[in-house]
Amino acid sequence: MKRYSIFALVRNAISRHRDWPPLWRHPDPKPRYSVVIVGGGAHGLATAYYLAKEHGITDVAVLEKGWLGGGNTGRNTTVIRSNYLWDESAAIYEHSLKLWEGLSADLNYNLMLSQRGVLSLAHTLHEVREGVRRANANRLNGIDAEWLTPEQVKAFCPVLNTSPDVRYPILGATLQRRGGIARHDAVAWGLARAADARGVDIIQNCEVTGIRREGGRAVGVETSRGYIAADKIAIVAAGHSSVLAGMAGVRLPIESHPLQALVSEPVKPVLNCVVMSSTVHVYVSQSDKGELVLGAGIDGFNSYAQRGSFHVIEGQMAALVELFPIFSRMRMMRSWGGIVDVCPDASPIIGKLPVEGLYLNGGWGTGGFKATPGSGWVFAYTIAKDEPHPLNAPFQLDRFTTGALIDEHGAAGVAH
Amino acid sequence: MLLIRCPWCGPRDETEFRCGGEAHIQRPPDPDAISDAEWADYLFMRRNPKGPHRERWVHAQGCRRWFNVLRSTVSHEILAVYRMGEREPET
Repeated sequence: MKRYSIFALVRNAISRHRDWPPLWRHPDPKPRYSVVIVGGGAHGLATAYYLAKEHGITDVAVLEKGWLGGGNTGRNTTVIRSNYLWDESAAIYEHSLKLWEGLSADLNYNLMLSQRGVLSLAHTLHEVREGVRRANANRLNGIDAEWLTPEQVKAFCPVLNTSPDVRYPILGATLQRRGGIARHDAVAWGLARAADARGVDIIQNCEVTGIRREGGRAVGVETSRGYIAADKIAIVAAGHSSVLAGMAGVRLPIESHPLQALVSEPVKPVLNCVVMSSTVHVYVSQSDKGELVLGAGIDGFNSYAQRGSFHVIEGQMAALVELFPIFSRMRMMRSWGGIVDVCPDASPIIGKLPVEGLYLNGGWGTGGFKATPGSGWVFAYTIAKDEPHPLNAPFQLDRFTTGALIDEHGAAGVAH
Repeated sequence: MLLIRCPWCGPRDETEFRCGGEAHIQRPPDPDAISDAEWADYLFMRRNPKGPHRERWVHAQGCRRWFNVLRSTVSHEILAVYRMGEREPET
């Protein structure tokens, strides 16, 4: 891997930027790997990267049916935060946030992490109580969290309408200053480049169509580019978790739904933080290009179609204008949908499946992007050691049998 | 937006309805007689198919009655609508 630096920039400027090497190779799949990772999104790439970096396992293939980061990695609203309520979630999301804070340097790739603060508004008495409770719970877990009064909200984010004379006035907000956004495509590309440099084979346009089992053990995957044998098979396929687990006869407590997002025309800097509202229900930030990036709740029906119904984004726009009257004349440029795999408790499943040699990292639902490095880190550990790390031990499939659910619907911030 | 044909009210916009998820999930007749894993399967595990999906909808802003829909999760096309207790029509 050619390192990026000021000297590399100067050197390549002299040759008119014609000699930059590709970020990763395009190898043909080998007949056998130690680990096959199904899904070339950011979670799968992070898993491959940490398998190589932390555990020295480089005989790894990442199989992607489309192109890298073309699924939910390229379709989310890029919000990063760790202010979850319960200890189990706080630990794993905070671990992830700490990895984010050093990831650009670690990968030698600018992920454009911008810790501009995440403001979660409260519009009802119940939300005020929940917000204060969650901020206190976060601080007990060593996560930065503050409770802001409406006046402090106005000072922190002046374009918000904090008038008391609206249907749902802002009664306060939690603020995580270390939260923010990152460039989602760069996350996929930076992780792919770093994993490739350590010997991981990244194979695009390679769809897994079946999982071969022998004697109760998963031994390989059928793909659109032929059969590939593997000692361990790791499913990191987001919206298609149920489909892939179903290939090995495993039922999951997951339903796939469309989650829509949209961006506006680009404007000059106007919104200095991430704003989330669960009651009026929209979340919005401004990208470095100047576009507003916004999303809200999922479509209520199951779908694999990467699109949803118009009335859902109409509701998001109504919420946006309610919170920010200044945006009422902005034009929206594009909308799209991703397929999110939603668990009943809005928490992920990261661990071994009942079939030997088969592992699952899925069920992140509406909030997986923020967890990217932490998710890959604990999943790599789980695959390498064949047992979960203490950070993801509570997030096993058997919690739906034991009843030890981790209910994060409140902190998820997305209606479902 | 989907156009859904309520068996009692006729075709109406999706905004009048709520989706109630997978249909034909039967509560185990004797919960005390089954294992925790079987109870978890009833409570949480879902088919979540990529293709035709049998699901329940309620006409929340209309007649407020529940019914079944067979709908593709790939194209969103509604393949059949049938009332509670009715057998799924041949498609």
